[in-house]
Amino acid sequence: MLNRKQAPENNPLKPIKLLKPTSGKLKGGARLYIINGADADVIRIEFIFPRLPWDSAHRLTHTALTGMLLEGTTSRTAVDIAETIDFYGAFLNAESGADHSVVTLHSLSRHLVHTLPVVKDVLSASIFPEKELEIYQRNSRQRLQVNLEKNDFRARRAFNSAVFGSDSAHGYAAEPADFDHIHQDVLLAKYPQQFRSGNCLIVVSGNVGEDTVKLIEELFGSGDWLGDGESGSADVPEPLKEPGSIPSPEGSIAETHHVEMPGSVQSAIRLGKLMVTRDHPDYPALQVLNTVLGGYFGSRLMANIREDKGYTYGIGSGLHSLKGDGIFFIATEVGVDVSEKALQEIYHELIRLQDEPIPEEELQLVRNYMLGSFLGSLENVFSHADKLKTLLLDSLDYTYYDRYFETVRTVSAERLQELAREYLANGFYEVTAG
Amino acid sequence: MVHFERFVLDNGLRVLVHEDPATPMAVVNILYDVGARDEDPEKTGFAHLFEHLMFGGSVNIPAYDEPLQRVGGENNAFTTNDITNYYIQVPAVNLETAFWLESDRMLSLAFSEKSLDVQRNVVIEEFKQRYLNQPYGDAWLQVRPLAYQAHPYRWATIGREIDHIARATMADVKAFFNAFYHPANAVMVVAGDVSVASVHALAEKWFGPIPPGEEHSRKLPAEPPQEQPRSKTVHADVPVDAIYKTWHMSGRDDQRYYAADLISDILSRGTSSRLYRRLVKEQALFSEVNAYVMGSLDPGLFVVEGKLSKGVSMEAAEAAIDEEVERLVTEVVPGQEFTKVKNKVESTLVFSEMNLLDKAMNLAWFELLGNAGAINEEKERYNAVTLENVREESARLFRPGNATTLYYKAK
Repeated sequence: MLNRKQAPENNPLKPIKLLKPTSGKLKGGARLYIINGADADVIRIEFIFPRLPWDSAHRLTHTALTGMLLEGTTSRTAVDIAETIDFYGAFLNAESGADHSVVTLHSLSRHLVHTLPVVKDVLSASIFPEKELEIYQRNSRQRLQVNLEKNDFRARRAFNSAVFGSDSAHGYAAEPADFDHIHQDVLLAKYPQQFRSGNCLIVVSGNVGEDTVKLIEELFGSGDWLGDGESGSADVPEPLKEPGSIPSPEGSIAETHHVEMPGSVQSAIRLGKLMVTRDHPDYPALQVLNTVLGGYFGSRLMANIREDKGYTYGIGSGLHSLKGDGIFFIATEVGVDVSEKALQEIYHELIRLQDEPIPEEELQLVRNYMLGSFLGSLENVFSHADKLKTLLLDSLDYTYYDRYFETVRTVSAERLQELAREYLANGFYEVTAG
Repeated sequence: MVHFERFVLDNGLRVLVHEDPATPMAVVNILYDVGARDEDPEKTGFAHLFEHLMFGGSVNIPAYDEPLQRVGGENNAFTTNDITNYYIQVPAVNLETAFWLESDRMLSLAFSEKSLDVQRNVVIEEFKQRYLNQPYGDAWLQVRPLAYQAHPYRWATIGREIDHIARATMADVKAFFNAFYHPANAVMVVAGDVSVASVHALAEKWFGPIPPGEEHSRKLPAEPPQEQPRSKTVHADVPVDAIYKTWHMSGRDDQRYYAADLISDILSRGTSSRLYRRLVKEQALFSEVNAYVMGSLDPGLFVVEGKLSKGVSMEAAEAAIDEEVERLVTEVVPGQEFTKVKNKVESTLVFSEMNLLDKAMNLAWFELLGNAGAINEEKERYNAVTLENVREESARLFRPGNATTLYYKAK
């Protein structure tokens, strides 16, 4: 007779094997990483450019440089670029993040000969046409106006400004009128610094044949791309800030900020603080602590604030490693009438991590969950490239993952409690928008 | 090409197995043939609320998520107007835990009052977060009852109003479970580092003993053809005006669907598409505009929605959309452009096969449509669409009397 009350055996996971890249440096200075291994005729090529240092006088320039990258070159109009990419069934995106601009091409390998030259063109011969710039400004302004009506967007902006200061790449919160102050001449001046070959990491994954490698070398290693000759300022590392060297709110646990949004039926809450970066020895253990608190569906925040109290559709916490700073935050949207109660419960969970060791059963579950989740995140060759990117962007090597797995398997409840006391006791910024 | 094996248990449960040894993971995807269209019009939002209750403990297992996380697994679910789909991703060595959990909640739930109380609140907060507290968030709550007057697609999956969710009772929950949550009303797909033989054995062991349940026959009112255009104007606290225009189209399993989908691609797939090029770039009437089809099982909607540029009148914006759809009726699409949208379909299909969970979900969906093997016929079905089909379908879709428009105006 089948015993449905008895769980099947919990089998140990197989060792996790990461696909590692071959790498090299192209003429002109771009670094090339290749992870080969797909049955299907697909390829993804990412061009990653660390962003130029923050420029107070031209705050949106970095965003606009990337946002305007597909809008025209000396030999192709925006329409030409779009037509070629779409005709060959490819996908080309340019996105600017906190620390990088990333240009990503997804293509069938057999069409690369048609699609990749377009990428070369936008990276080396963009002209940022005035007419396209006007459209970009108008539409970006309008998109921002819509986002400013969203509670979570407002809370995130206010939080970043409070933590990093508004005059910084990580803390800047654009206003609609700021889009008026993007100028073609500034874009043209910054473009060769931002998108030069010496500032580029190329990460290739998928079905990568010899022809593909040759094509990449021809296009991006022939020396006719914007080379190393420019000022090269992006290669100069920004001074790393020691955790804690940035003024943290003193006295109480958190410095509070409120964004008034009349008529809201929910409030967005964002509570967090500066944290160490991925290269810090405590980072993997802090990831375990973060998972316990709010990093998965069964986390303490979800169990308490959603599954026990029903205050929210979702709550979570995260740990991000940015250039120079790590950031830890808890985010949720809750009914306006329970906003105070939800905050009380959030603080209660932070304090509980400091006051009590995590029970062994819970910790064991989180260990297994994190390892299974890592395994599940490796479903195809693109995900192996994502693991590589994490390392490249933080200047780490594959031993980082060995340390991560080791920590997840072995870090003790006592150590996690110590870390909670060290890192989660104070220095928080509490932002509500509603 | 997605290969698979199929078998049916004595209790009616359909099982599909896709072996993919390239991954160390397994996916278990269970699709229940029930969605918001099966709800009582006075108790809308219930299929989705019920989905939340499926995580509140089953007859023999007090907590659903915890034992799965303990073996390194994750899960989630979603509800649409047509289906409720549950999925697990778990290291393949612990596949049996997924069978244990899923079979117990198909057998019976714990029907916990606490779970119902809490999930009512959670879903009400979801309603607020996604539909009420977002700019334009309620647009589809307005469009649906205008475009549909008889068919239950006239309400959204989240429900018509919060009060329907607040009033849900345990008696409703039990009746819904008995009607829809049984083996013959489900499709299970197991994919990843698994073998057909072991899945067969596990399926017999855990799902075989579940009683078949009562067959549910679906009698939904058909939506009568729309003869007159309909429209509605709402005023809301938003920064810019928006327009939502819909036309009735075919259901998912009709060859007409493929023509309509290609028409939506011609209009708005990628930055070379017609609406983006002409309406956003050249004429600067919209800051964003999109065309898409609803792939619903019963006849769905073809949609064009956009946000107007500041200073542009609703009349000018609508006239521009009408002109573009009219052009599809009166002018043949150039061959190069038609090849372009078909190429994009092909590469999208290739990329979608890179993802194990997507493959599993798609197999379940095509099995529900009547033939899981059709997953490998999509490319042919798109390719079979001719330029004349596009023109014919455009003429059927874009009759003025077939249109429903929501004018969403900034206060």
